[in-house]
Amino acid sequence: MFGKSVVIGQYVPLDSAMHRLDPRSKIFFVALGIVTLFLVQSWLSFALLGGFFVLLVLLAHLPFQYVLKSLRPLWVLLALTLCLHVFFTPDDALVLFGFLRVSLGGLFKGLFIVARLVLLVVATTLLTLTTSPIELTDGIEGLLSPLKRWGFPAHELAMMMTIALRFIPTLLEEADRIMKAQMARGIDFESGGFMKRIRGLIPLLVPLFVSAFRRAEDLAVAMESRCYRGGIGRTRLRMLRFERRDYAFLSLSLLVFVLSLSLSWLTW
Amino acid sequence: MMCFEDVHFWYGEKEDPRAVAALRGVSFVLREGEFVVLLGRNGSGKSTLAKHCNGLLVPRKGRVCVDGMDTRDESVLWEIRRRVGLVFQNPDNQLIATTVEEDVAFGPENLGLPPSEIRKRVDEALARVGMSEYRKREPHTLSGGQKQRVAIAGVLAMHPKYLVLDEATAMLDPEGREELLQLLRELRKDVGILHITHNVEEALLADRVMVIDNGEIVAEGSPREVFLVGKDIEKWGLELPQIVEVALLLWKDYPDLFSVLPLSPDELVDALCSYS
Repeated sequence: MFGKSVVIGQYVPLDSAMHRLDPRSKIFFVALGIVTLFLVQSWLSFALLGGFFVLLVLLAHLPFQYVLKSLRPLWVLLALTLCLHVFFTPDDALVLFGFLRVSLGGLFKGLFIVARLVLLVVATTLLTLTTSPIELTDGIEGLLSPLKRWGFPAHELAMMMTIALRFIPTLLEEADRIMKAQMARGIDFESGGFMKRIRGLIPLLVPLFVSAFRRAEDLAVAMESRCYRGGIGRTRLRMLRFERRDYAFLSLSLLVFVLSLSLSWLTW
Repeated sequence: MMCFEDVHFWYGEKEDPRAVAALRGVSFVLREGEFVVLLGRNGSGKSTLAKHCNGLLVPRKGRVCVDGMDTRDESVLWEIRRRVGLVFQNPDNQLIATTVEEDVAFGPENLGLPPSEIRKRVDEALARVGMSEYRKREPHTLSGGQKQRVAIAGVLAMHPKYLVLDEATAMLDPEGREELLQLLRELRKDVGILHITHNVEEALLADRVMVIDNGEIVAEGSPREVFLVGKDIEKWGLELPQIVEVALLLWKDYPDLFSVLPLSPDELVDALCSYS
């Protein structure tokens, strides 16, 4: 674990049109995409959206297996959804296997929902694969900052996320070290039943928490020493700016979303 | 000029019998362009003193002034913190951002500078500490010495007049320590440096050495003057630097061997060679 860079999230550092977009426009795209996906009701719309997403994956220079990999944790859910629809739709039965009825209408409905979920994941993956965690944090801060007027702690949230990202590798290293130290003292982390293993984590978690609190204290002092006083009057090294490509990307997305919505209403 | 005038500090309430005085009447001056090393054993009050330099702690009695600004005056606190940069012991716990350049930018960002100016200062500061090629790296992939150099760059980017290092070399390996000391030697021209340490060898390079023990400054002067105390330095919980120890032993038997106390192997060798 030492020296090796711990990869957080799934970010693939490439230099592509999608990577260069402002994180805010990508977040917008995902949000609008999700709403659209839940509203559309026709296969034609799905085909249009699917085609659009494939185009974006190509634009991002991402290998398709990266996108497919993000679907892997979902396949149980997808299979279950499909089965439930196929077998439990009280509809004209296509085939009867004893008490199991396979319904044609259910099959369609199931496939429909599966398609919706898959596209949903593809859209969000497009964001997480092309946007580094830092950019994502900046983007979220940028989008939430109008809410500051009503006392919403946008800057504080973003700062917390940054610090969390910064300290994940540090704490992982520390956990590794504590674990080895405790193992050297005869603690067994790897055998025994479920409860025993859970209890075995205590000698790892207690020192880890104690040290995390100490780090937090040190960090707060260091931040104050460097004139940190919250988000007021603070500027950024990289200011987010909407470029022409962001407007182009957002207009194109909007166009596709509206088109698929109207297709859905027309054919349904 | 940064000055401490009869500074007293204790943790907790004064009435509390458990309250221990951490500083008892500390007075000294740090000028711009001066390299001062403050020596002291654990618990001597060194870190408490460091935290007084930029108003993280304020004196219970006496005062601390930075260029005429009192650290107790809240309205100038941020200007004081800009002028006095603090670097701490644990390099892991003072880097805030996920990349080196973002971390160096943290200070200037807090000052509200325009992005172009921040960019300029970040590039300058990273070049000063020789870390330009690591700008995109994540802090946890750097060595201890490199992390401390980034921490110093983060402070330099705020264009401070004084640099206070609170045991900044304590957690480094010999190589990292040497790197850092070399950097301090280069920086001393532009900023006043107060380097707090318990490693006596690091004091040999200083313009001035102060020894703190039990919350008081017990010795002050050039390294030559301070180390002349010889073995008595042990009563402050310190040891003599090796070279000084050797020189003092020789001096005892050959009183006319040196005219001044040698502080480096070269000086000692020169003195021995010219002895007849």
